Amino acid sequence: MRTLERPEIRQTGLMGQSWSIARRNFLHIRRMPEMLLDVTIQPVMFVLLFAFVFGSSIAVDTPAGYRAWLLPGIMAQTVAFASFIVAVGLTADLEKGIVDRMRSLPINSSAVLVGRSISSLAHSSIGLVVMSLTGLLIGWRIHTGVPEAVLGYLLLLGWGFAMIWVGIWVGSAMRSVEAVNGVMFATMFPITFLANTFAPTDQMPTVLRFIAEWNPISSLTQSVRVLWGNDQPLAPGAAFPMHHPIPFTIGWILLITAVVAPLAIRTFRRRTAS
Amino acid sequence: MTSTHAIEAEHLVKHFGDTVAVDDVSFVVPEGSVLGLLGPNGAGKTTTVRMMTTLTLPTSGTARVAGHDVVQEPDAVRRSMGLTGQAATVDELLTGRENLRLIGQLYGLDKGYISRASEDLLERFSLGEAGDRIAKTYSGGMRRRLDLAVSLIATPPVLFLDEPTTGLDPRSRVELWEVLRELVADGTTLLLTTQYLEEADQLADNIVVIDRGTVIAEGTPLQLKDQSGAAALVVTVSEARDLEAAEALMRPHVREMHVDHGARQITAPAEGLGHMTRVAGIFDESGIVLDDIGLKRPSLDDVFLHLTGHRAEDAEADAGSDGTSSTDQSKEAVR
Repeated sequence: MRTLERPEIRQTGLMGQSWSIARRNFLHIRRMPEMLLDVTIQPVMFVLLFAFVFGSSIAVDTPAGYRAWLLPGIMAQTVAFASFIVAVGLTADLEKGIVDRMRSLPINSSAVLVGRSISSLAHSSIGLVVMSLTGLLIGWRIHTGVPEAVLGYLLLLGWGFAMIWVGIWVGSAMRSVEAVNGVMFATMFPITFLANTFAPTDQMPTVLRFIAEWNPISSLTQSVRVLWGNDQPLAPGAAFPMHHPIPFTIGWILLITAVVAPLAIRTFRRRTAS
Repeated sequence: MTSTHAIEAEHLVKHFGDTVAVDDVSFVVPEGSVLGLLGPNGAGKTTTVRMMTTLTLPTSGTARVAGHDVVQEPDAVRRSMGLTGQAATVDELLTGRENLRLIGQLYGLDKGYISRASEDLLERFSLGEAGDRIAKTYSGGMRRRLDLAVSLIATPPVLFLDEPTTGLDPRSRVELWEVLRELVADGTTLLLTTQYLEEADQLADNIVVIDRGTVIAEGTPLQLKDQSGAAALVVTVSEARDLEAAEALMRPHVREMHVDHGARQITAPAEGLGHMTRVAGIFDESGIVLDDIGLKRPSLDDVFLHLTGHRAEDAEADAGSDGTSSTDQSKEAVR
C-alpha cells in the first residue's frame, strides 16, 4: 500500500470562499448570456413600451415628461426582480446537488448564500447601467448633484439587497425552478405594477391608490425620482410615505431584511440539513 | 483520537418526522479497505452517508471519519473526506477543468497544486481531451468520472460514494470499478452504497446489508454467501420436452426442486460433490441430453432474498405497495 502525498488544505475566509462561488456564477452568465435578458432586453422593452405606447395617454407634470418620470419606476422594478434571479439560481443548485457538494467541503456554509448575493448585486447593477443608458437615449437626465445621484443608486442597490433575502427564502422553499418562476411571477408582477412605477397614483380608485402609495416599491420609486429631480408635485391627498419617501425606503429595506433574512436562513438550513 | 478505523458508525439513528429512515446502524471500516453498503431503494443508505459526511445531523448516535466526530468536528471531517453524491453534482456550465479548480479553490489549495492535480486527474479519468469542454456536453459516464475526479482534488484519505454507477452503461461501470480499485491500491478508504449486488461483490472487502433502516447482515462477500446456505445443483436439459422426464428422474434423489421452464433448468439443494456425480450418473443412463450440470454457489442476490424475503430488484415494487417505505423512498429521491 502506497501512501499518497496529501496537499495542504489552508484555511480560507468566508469572503474568499464567497468570491470563488460568485465567480462561478459569473462564468454561468458568460456561458449563457441569455441569463442577462431580465436586466437588459426585458426592462428596455418595458421602457419603450410604456414610454411610446402608453406614454402619450399618461400625463405627468414634469419638465422632461413621462419618459423621464417612468425610468426610476422601471429601475425599481428591475431591482425588485433581483429576488427572481437569486431564487432561480439557488433552487437550481439545490436541485442539482451543487449545494450539498459545497456543504461537504471545509468551508463556511454561508459562502453559498453570500456568493449568490454578490453575483446577484452585480447582476442588478448591470441592469441599472443598461437602464441608465437607455434613459439617456430617450431624454432622461439626473437634474441634481452627484450626492443625490449616488444616493439614488445606493437606495436601488439596497433594495436589491433586501430582495436577495426574499429570493433565498423562496428559492429554499421551492422544489423546482418552474415552481419558483410561478410563485415569483404571480407575486412580483402585481406588486411592482400596483404602485407608482408606471402610472401616477392620484388617478387610481381610492382603495387602489391607498395600497399603491403604501406599497414599498412606491416609496423606493418616489425617493429616486425626488433625488434625481424626475418627480412631479405631489397630488393632494397623497399617503404619508409619499411625503417622506427616503426614510420610508430605508426603513423598508431594514425591515424586510430583518424579517426575511432569519426566515430565509432557517428555511435554507432546514432544506439542506434534511 | 487515534484509530485504525477510517470510518466508524455508532448506533446511528435518523428520524424524519414520524418516519424512521435509519434505525441504529453501526459498523466500522478499517483503513485502506472498502465497505459496501448494500440495500434496495429507500433502505436508508443515502441518509446514512449524509450523516457520515456532515450533511445532516443524526437524531442520535454518532460517527467518526478519520478519527473525527461528525457532530463535534464537522470541519475536520470535511477536510478528511470526499463525497460523490447520487446524482453527478458537476456544474454543467463549467468545463471539466473549471469544475476542478472551483472545488480546489474552496478547499484552499495552492493555485499551482490545483492545476497540476487537475491535469493528473483529467488524464487518469480519461478526460484529458474533454477538460476544456463544458460538462453539459459530457456523456453520463464522463460526468461520473469528473464528479469523482472533483471529489479527489484534495486527495482525501476517505471517500464516500453514493451509488456511483447508478445509470451507467455496463462498460462505463466496469471502467469506474477499475478507477476505484486503483484508488484503494493507493491507500484510500472507500465506502460505497449500491443496489447492485455484483458491484458490492466486485469491490467490497466487507459488506453491510441494510434494509428498512437497519443492518440485517454483515461480513465478507464469502461469509454472506455461506450464510445463505448450501450451494445449488443446477441441471440444464437440451430439449424442453425432456424437462418432465428429467424431473421424474431426479425426484427420488433430491429433497426439493424448482423447475424453470424458460431456462430448461432444474435447481435443487446440493449435498456435496458426490451428490452431483450421482445425479449426473442417472442422466448418463437415461438418454436425456444435458447442456450442463453443475454446482452454483449462491449469488449475493440469493443472499438478499434469503435475508429479506424479497429480491433486491423487487425491492422498489415491494416498497411501492407498502406505505411507510414508499415515503422513505420518495424522501431519498428528493434529497
